[in-house]
Amino acid sequence: MTGLLSTEVLSHIGRQTDPQREIVTRRDIRKYAVATGSRLQKYLDGDVAPPLFHLHLFWDVVPLDTLSPDGVFTDHLLPKFPLEKAMAGGLDIQYHQPIKPGDWLTATRTLSNIYEKAGRSGALIFYEVMMEIRNDAGELVVSEKTTRILR
Amino acid sequence: MNPEPVIGMALPERHHHCDVVQQMLYNASLWNGHRIHFDMPYATEVEGYQGLVVAGPLLGDWLHQIVDEWLDDAGMITGIEYSNRVAAFVGETVTAGGTVTQYDPNSGALTLEVFVKNDRDEVLAPGIITAQLQR
Repeated sequence: MTGLLSTEVLSHIGRQTDPQREIVTRRDIRKYAVATGSRLQKYLDGDVAPPLFHLHLFWDVVPLDTLSPDGVFTDHLLPKFPLEKAMAGGLDIQYHQPIKPGDWLTATRTLSNIYEKAGRSGALIFYEVMMEIRNDAGELVVSEKTTRILR
Repeated sequence: MNPEPVIGMALPERHHHCDVVQQMLYNASLWNGHRIHFDMPYATEVEGYQGLVVAGPLLGDWLHQIVDEWLDDAGMITGIEYSNRVAAFVGETVTAGGTVTQYDPNSGALTLEVFVKNDRDEVLAPGIITAQLQR
């Protein structure tokens, strides 16, 4: 271990966002389906949402003047890391139930892990964010783990 | 779905050619303002890319579409694990495809390896999708 991660940075593990509640509309599903090049009529008609639609539904909508110069919003769930260059990350998603127009869904994100590894060209920091999306009955609809790598 | 899944079977491939309009609509749909996707001077001069970078999750969506179109109404995707390894650029033609790697005819549970690759055969986004056929 290279000891990049301070106790302060590691103390953010377990931190959670406030739950974000959004409504699914047919129009939003249709826009998403068209934009992704979908060819399935059920998605193009907005009868049901394609997988990954939850990315659209829960992308942070923030005022323009809070975006960084490269146009990216600041994820307040994350601490300031000692490495900042983002490398490829990964997604691990489970789909528990279909998403349909009229559904109210609530997402909660948790910073579930931060760790470091020695890479070929130096130290790497990994962090994981878990997102749980539930319907108003409290049932799990989508669960997602994002892993990001910093160098 | 036709024919029935067999381990090792390749799914029909699909070419995607993301132009600047699709790229704009996709990022607008997400509310993604990251300049590398639409600001050519920024993407090339500041970030050093060869062009406008196709949004990573769009490649993830194309992985899903390969399996979803093949399944049609015969089943649904239950999970995916994937990563974005290499960038795709606006104007480039990429190919999405997949192969059945596990299939249990009794339960209808399926596992597939999926990919998006460019015309140099570089895998941009590899993934593993699980799906469940209706029984």
